[in-house]
Amino acid sequence: MGMTVTEKILASRAGKKSVRPGDLIFAKVDFSMGSDVTVPLSAVSLRSMGTDKVHDPSRVAMVQDHFVPAKDIKSAELSKATREFAKSQPGSHYFEVGRAGICHTVIPDEGLVVPGDVVVGADSHTCTYGALGLFATGVGSTDLAAVWALGETWFKVPATIRVNYHGKIGPMIMGKDLILALLGRIGIDGATYQALEFAGAPISDLAMNDRFTIANMAIEGGAKNGIIEVDEITMAYGKGRWKRPPETFRSDPDAEFVQTIDIDIDGMEPQVAAPYLPSNVKGVSKVAGTKVDQVFIGSCTNGRIEDYRIAADIMAGRKVHPDVRMLVIPASHEVQMKLVSEGLMTKFLEAGAEIGPSTCGPCIGGHMGILGGGEVGFYTSNRNFVGRNGARDAQVYLGSPAIAAATAVAGVITDPRELKPSKIISGKAAA
Amino acid sequence: MIKGKAHKYGDNVDTDVIIPARYCTSINLADLVPHCLEDLDPNFIKKVKQGDVLVGGKNFGCGSSREVAPMTIKGAGVSVVIAESFARIFYRNSINVGMPILECPEAAKAIADGNEVEIDLAAGKVRDLKTGKEFSAAPFPAVMQEIIDIGGMANFVKKRLSERGKGNAKTSP
Repeated sequence: MGMTVTEKILASRAGKKSVRPGDLIFAKVDFSMGSDVTVPLSAVSLRSMGTDKVHDPSRVAMVQDHFVPAKDIKSAELSKATREFAKSQPGSHYFEVGRAGICHTVIPDEGLVVPGDVVVGADSHTCTYGALGLFATGVGSTDLAAVWALGETWFKVPATIRVNYHGKIGPMIMGKDLILALLGRIGIDGATYQALEFAGAPISDLAMNDRFTIANMAIEGGAKNGIIEVDEITMAYGKGRWKRPPETFRSDPDAEFVQTIDIDIDGMEPQVAAPYLPSNVKGVSKVAGTKVDQVFIGSCTNGRIEDYRIAADIMAGRKVHPDVRMLVIPASHEVQMKLVSEGLMTKFLEAGAEIGPSTCGPCIGGHMGILGGGEVGFYTSNRNFVGRNGARDAQVYLGSPAIAAATAVAGVITDPRELKPSKIISGKAAA
Repeated sequence: MIKGKAHKYGDNVDTDVIIPARYCTSINLADLVPHCLEDLDPNFIKKVKQGDVLVGGKNFGCGSSREVAPMTIKGAGVSVVIAESFARIFYRNSINVGMPILECPEAAKAIADGNEVEIDLAAGKVRDLKTGKEFSAAPFPAVMQEIIDIGGMANFVKKRLSERGKGNAKTSP
């Protein structure tokens, strides 16, 4: 019996010839990371383990992203604890405000994680990196501290759900629409404890930004990890970027999948997750016309330059609706620099959008762009749980940057295909 | 033996309602506990008493990796969380921070809000004292049971480090 790509990576890092779903293993961790909300607690945990040293600092990153620039004294103290811990581990990778951004954009873009790796991060969206053909999963602060101490951790090998996408990527269809279509199908716990392996012609046609979006939201189905096998697009992305040599694993033709899901995207309309679950997914036509107060384009799900290119293209020559606040929060400093160099910053400002520093911001409702009572948001982020983005009765719809841009202009949720943009960018063309 | 009143909620009790991110600028329980479950049930923190039991449906603890979620529930006085199923990060975090959890679909479905419940954690037995019904929880994976038995993740790591012979030895692949 063959193995899936996830099983092969875990077997390799556990030093075993093969593993099966359900096996309990100890696997070497190639890279680990934490943020300003998780590192301070991990530092306390590490000391309780009787050590204050990370086993190999060169394989550890700490990123200031959740509550930065510090919004108040408490968050400043969290940032400070993160900074002090990073400084106490010479050789570790530390990303400071102004030279950082959201961990899940910065870490792959800096080439710190490479195909074949086992990566853990004290943040649930660590699964994002699986778009690079590696195993990445979120853990809590104590598990991160254990990895810091040991350089390994334990896993129950997940069974794999294979998701085969079919058909042609239509106009204004992005990675976000593909993953939302799946979540609508399987629900918020449809992949709990399991791996989601994404495949099919549409996935091969997608650029890395869209692949990151898809892997990012694997956790929204409860998955342990999401993974896309390495191809020429992955290799092109890694060229000149990867700090370590990649290792390519592929699912065997006779690999065993616990479930195979086929999703035909031919003629699929753009997808939206309505309040209050990322799996409450509908075609955009079902929610079109819903009035919104705020539009947010950013987050580790959709805050890359390609996302802003599409949004700017849709908004070209148009203004943000008078009743809407539009927030553009690039996911990293690098993306911010590209917004400037490509002239997109000017376009968004001229349209009446507000541009913020690279941070998680409104996605976690902790910092900037909080929604008030009864307000409605259209966000490109990943979760819309009760109270996550502001007041308990605020409502957030999730969708692609294309829908977000069209919605910002119209003031109501709008199918971007109706705005007839000057040119249509999707898939490889956006790379 | 644990005895407490059940506070029952539905499916997908997520970490954002367990402890909203807006309060996660602190890792001190004194700052966190007053807001436990406030977006799900603003009265929870007023009515929960030391030793009470939290009962959830499917996918309890889904969402973020914040370890303060089980810490806050524990800090609020909850002695054990019983659910039909748990989200995986929350499950690991709970064991790591010593928040007892039991996966027991039958109990989670049958126990009504407000019922007195008696729990034998070591045996994984749950008894609804109002109806007299008894339930058995799913056993923990072997590694988790080892972590529970040794008194938490910190001790587990200490043991593994000492087995390697010296404090910060590099891992062998």
